[in-house]
Amino acid sequence: MKDTLTETPAAADTAKIATRDLQVHYGDTHALRDVDVDIPDRTVTALIGPSGCGKSTFLRCLNRMNDTIPAARVTGEIRIDGEDIHDPRIDPVQLRAKVGMVFQKPNPFPKSIRDNVAYGPRIHGLTRTRAELDEVVEKSLRRAALWDEVKDRLDALATGLSGGQQQRLCIARTIATSPEILLMDEPCSALDPIATAQIEELIDDLRSRFAVVIVTHSMQQAARVSQRTAFFHLGRMVEYGDTGALFTNPADPRTESYITGRIG
Amino acid sequence: MSDQAAARPTSLLNRGDHTARRHAAEARFRACGLGAILIGLAALAMLLTSVLGSGLGAFRQTYIHLPIHLDAAALDKSGDRDPEVLKKVTTIGYRKVIDAALVEAVAQAGIVIPGLTEDDSAGIISREAPAQVRDMALSDPDLIGETIQVRILADGRIDGYLKGRVSAESAARDSNVSLAQLQLADAMVERGLLSLDFNAAFLTAPDASDQRPEAAGLGVAILGSAYMMLIVLALALPIGVAASIYLEEFAPKNRLTDLIEVNVANLAAVPSIVFGILGLAIFINFAGLPQSAPVVGGLVLTLMTLPTIIIATRASLKAVPPSIREAALGLGASRMQAVFHHVLPLAAPGILTGAILGLAQALGETAPLLLIGMVAFVREYPGAPPEGFFDPASALPVQIFNWTQRADPAFVERASGAIIVLLAFLLVMNAAAILLRRRFERRW
Ligand SMILES: Nc1ncnc2c1ncn2[C@@H]1O[C@H](COP(=O)(O)OP(=O)(O)O)[C@@H](O)[C@H]1O
Ligand SMILES: [Mg+2]
Repeated sequence: MKDTLTETPAAADTAKIATRDLQVHYGDTHALRDVDVDIPDRTVTALIGPSGCGKSTFLRCLNRMNDTIPAARVTGEIRIDGEDIHDPRIDPVQLRAKVGMVFQKPNPFPKSIRDNVAYGPRIHGLTRTRAELDEVVEKSLRRAALWDEVKDRLDALATGLSGGQQQRLCIARTIATSPEILLMDEPCSALDPIATAQIEELIDDLRSRFAVVIVTHSMQQAARVSQRTAFFHLGRMVEYGDTGALFTNPADPRTESYITGRIG
Repeated sequence: MSDQAAARPTSLLNRGDHTARRHAAEARFRACGLGAILIGLAALAMLLTSVLGSGLGAFRQTYIHLPIHLDAAALDKSGDRDPEVLKKVTTIGYRKVIDAALVEAVAQAGIVIPGLTEDDSAGIISREAPAQVRDMALSDPDLIGETIQVRILADGRIDGYLKGRVSAESAARDSNVSLAQLQLADAMVERGLLSLDFNAAFLTAPDASDQRPEAAGLGVAILGSAYMMLIVLALALPIGVAASIYLEEFAPKNRLTDLIEVNVANLAAVPSIVFGILGLAIFINFAGLPQSAPVVGGLVLTLMTLPTIIIATRASLKAVPPSIREAALGLGASRMQAVFHHVLPLAAPGILTGAILGLAQALGETAPLLLIGMVAFVREYPGAPPEGFFDPASALPVQIFNWTQRADPAFVERASGAIIVLLAFLLVMNAAAILLRRRFERRW
């Protein structure tokens, strides 16, 4: 593994996230094979591909959420800012504070809106006073474009919000812990077009501060929000490149079949 | 295709055969369901009427109202009201005083019953009455020499007569009560010397011997049951919840945890008497804990309740959506933080309901307590906890069992009354379970 690194020193230095020879098994299923990828900072990277091709699996590797699945076995190397995240000295809890994740289905805690956003800062001890915490809550909600809609009912139950609002709340909750990387697994799949548009706008805005990795089923969405796109197929990363180039001029026939709608 | 189209009626207003059959099937099913509910309700109604009918009487008791002159010459020979000397006078001494007072009061009221001997009149007084009066005198020695108005227990047969359990016909066959005594009772009721009053002592007094059912109460049994419930709650809830959280949230899913899971489920189905044998062998014979003590009963019931609580807790932990755990873990919460901040509060109503139902089950459990000697006749109240946990005590269901074994029919009434008390406690506990569940569920 050291060798691979020395072979591509330039990429490993500039990349926010770098994986080498990444393999994931779920019991006997080989869900992810030989994934080598360098994901740059302050960019939106879209992961596309047919269902079951391993996009979510890849995303969960990056914040070690696969650790929580007993059957999952991850091998290979993942470096974030050059640090091997499987190093025994690394605490997955700290890693997950640095690599935030937004899930496919909005999953707010059945608590107040404020408590949802404040939870991360609280458990990580990011704020010292109540006023500081309130400030973080407001800033995060503003960044997630939700502040104006909920500022009068911060103590209302988060589960009472609409689906789109809940998903933006989940984004606010994630950015409140000040992560550096934001992983989003089909964040719009449960949302209507208007809520989707709001989230897409938000993602574009988040690019200024985070490395965003987003899984999406919609190629239009990938084209709209991302600068880089990776195409996955049957557990392999088939193609990875600039979004514009990948969509207009795919190098691999499988990519072309997929974006023209022949595999799906 | 064309066949199917033909089978379907042309207008929606016409019901086809198929629809009619479906309706009939549904109607039959509904009738069955309704029938099942009615049978259940009828059984419940029968149970309640029979228990209430025979048990409500226990909450009322026949008392004799008398002025008694506590004769100093008979009760305090030394004359200086020295408590040590007063204690030397046994209930027999008081018995004579009370008997005399009754004869006097009957004569004063102008009651004349042909064929009534003095022994007969004295016989309507409970054997417990002298102890009542003696306790009064000992607790306040200044009463000696005075004439005090007292309310003492009437004999169980007279009590039964006022409640309709004893009649002139049954008295003729009963050597314990005579016709003359019943006539005396009638006359005394008329003059206000005898009355049926609310019986608070039923809930507070200790058990009484075979000859004095009128004095028997549930005090020691209720206290014993309460002590045991405290022990069960203090042990089974934390141990059960901790075990479930560990098994459900932390333990690796492998053969061993599967085996444990199966065994916990099996343990819940083990007959309770087996736990009693276990308790006898381990807690009494091996650990040397005292017999008849709430601590042993509580430990045995804890063992019995643990599986129930573990199963309920694991079910409620499983019911918490995994997305909540993912959300917490994804934010960088540790496993323990995810469990204690998010999963446990959501599972709490289910856990509490399970715990209360387990506790209710333990409250009514009889068999294991019989084996560890809780069936002993105990008249002394256990002390205050924690020492009281080691004093002999009874328990509600065992007291019921005990009373149904006694010869005097008055104990049947007591037993049914005790069942009412037990049911009332169970009702309160179930209501608490429902309330708690409602309260917590609002959070969603
Ligand atoms: N928890 C799991 N246990 C076993 N197999 C899984 C698990 N999660 C995903 N898989 C398998 O891994 C493969 C990739 O799944 P996933 O990453 O969810 O695909 P995608 O997100 O691209 O639709 C699929 O074949 C799926 O069945
Ligand atoms: Mg997926």
